[in-house]
Amino acid sequence: MLDDPAVAATILVLALFIGFEVISKVPPLLHTPLMSGSNAISGITIVGALLAAGGEDTTLSTWLGFVAIVFATINVVGGFLVTDRMLGMFKPKKPTS
Amino acid sequence: MELFIQFSYLAAAVLLIMGLRMLGSPKTAPRGNIIAAIGMLVAIVATLLMKQVVSYTVIIAGVVVGSAIGGLLATRIQMTAMPQMVALLNGFGGGASTLVASAELLNYARRGESPEGIVPTAIVLGALIGGLTFTGSLIAFAKLQELMRGAPLVYPGQRVVNALLGALTVGLGIAVVLDPANLPIYGGLIAISLLMGVLLVIPIGGADMPVVISLLNSYSGLAACATGFVLGNSGLVISGSLVGASGLILTKIMCDAMNRSLTNVLFGAFGAVDESAMAAGGTDDRVAKGYTPEDAAVIFSNSRSCIVVPGYGMAVAQAQHAVRELSDVLNDKGISVKFAIHPVAGRMPGHMNVLLAEADVPYDNLVEMDDINPEFPETDVALVIGANDVVNPDARTDKGSPIYGMPILDVDRARHVFVIKRSMNPGFAGVQNPLFFNDNTMMIFGDAKGTVLALVDAVKELV
Repeated sequence: MLDDPAVAATILVLALFIGFEVISKVPPLLHTPLMSGSNAISGITIVGALLAAGGEDTTLSTWLGFVAIVFATINVVGGFLVTDRMLGMFKPKKPTS
Repeated sequence: MELFIQFSYLAAAVLLIMGLRMLGSPKTAPRGNIIAAIGMLVAIVATLLMKQVVSYTVIIAGVVVGSAIGGLLATRIQMTAMPQMVALLNGFGGGASTLVASAELLNYARRGESPEGIVPTAIVLGALIGGLTFTGSLIAFAKLQELMRGAPLVYPGQRVVNALLGALTVGLGIAVVLDPANLPIYGGLIAISLLMGVLLVIPIGGADMPVVISLLNSYSGLAACATGFVLGNSGLVISGSLVGASGLILTKIMCDAMNRSLTNVLFGAFGAVDESAMAAGGTDDRVAKGYTPEDAAVIFSNSRSCIVVPGYGMAVAQAQHAVRELSDVLNDKGISVKFAIHPVAGRMPGHMNVLLAEADVPYDNLVEMDDINPEFPETDVALVIGANDVVNPDARTDKGSPIYGMPILDVDRARHVFVIKRSMNPGFAGVQNPLFFNDNTMMIFGDAKGTVLALVDAVKELV
């Protein structure tokens, strides 16, 4: 599907556009969790790592795939967990009686 | 099955976008993060179902090791060290993308094929951006963790060296695109991208780190996006570009908050203090007067309102809990307390908010610069803790100042200004701050945590 440059460019441009729209609405208050959360999402490259490590190809690319999986998993697991930990700390004012 | 997998990637992309959208409000953000994580899980499971994946041992081993390290990092890291953590995670993401692009090129070589169409270009971009992100992030990590000096590292001819390396990188990149089967050239490209990452980050000073981290964040997304084109996987392209866009927006916000262009931040070596200029123009006959926490407490006893301005000094001293205690004590005395957050306070976007949230300050009390500035003239006390350049009035008035034009917090317009600072050393920008010499300013010298705690005791003493 992405072999077609027109399709590839369309997906890329639309995704960037959605990214700009969605992220512009995040208030500065949450910029750090936004960053660690989007960081975790950039670990999506784990998909490529799985394909490289799980294929029946050369041993070298399997090893590269293994290291890539380790890196990407640190990114994904660490990113989502630390974001969750941080977001748990943001509390509104307690209603005063 | 193929169709099912494709739809799963679409579902994953939708979940990730929804999750990011929910990060827009503190109420929905925790759920948003979980939804994004589910989206990631969907993408991973869909990939495991693909027919190319035939062996699972290496995968399971990698995931176990990665989860253990990631889980440990995420649960153990201190909130003050969050900028380092994010830098490190950026690096791992970039490194993974480089490895994936390389493994894919090796697979082509083994099959005796040569990649066609946009694939060679995507391999080059993925490897290059990923490699640069990897080493660049490690240097940023080392600077933030103070494993190496945070000050800009400059040497004569630096720009020429960087320009030559840049040209060499472009040349090698084109060579790989034209002849992807030539693995030694590809190896050269990887090596030079790793070197570029180091050389581009070493001349950037500590206080410019918010920009660098945002930019590296963007790069790690763009590298993932490029590997998406390598593999013909739309899920990767969409998620990668979301992160790319997110990082670019944050980069722009950070640059605007310092009134500097991205080029100036990256290549200006700002904060490499020009000693001669300081000696010539920076002298000031006036002496800033030091006061004690007890003097400050007396002023507090006649006050109704206080705005706290935290800076990197609060983070370094781990003073956020003490600051929260002071805020409670002041509240008990009937003084209202708000926190004014400058966009570039600290070492990463939103750094101060996270620290104060950790210390249980409700987020309604954390106010952005544009919203709080009109309130300073009506405020009795502005309490500056470990911040300097973001409260320097010269940015408003002195056209000759290096930070002229940078938006600042107008603390000097409050009735009284207390500044807690370790010494009279100029801030990161290397410029003196006239705020310290104002008649309504009281300097309280000392470590942020100790001084704030002394202030707590002094205020408690007063009835």
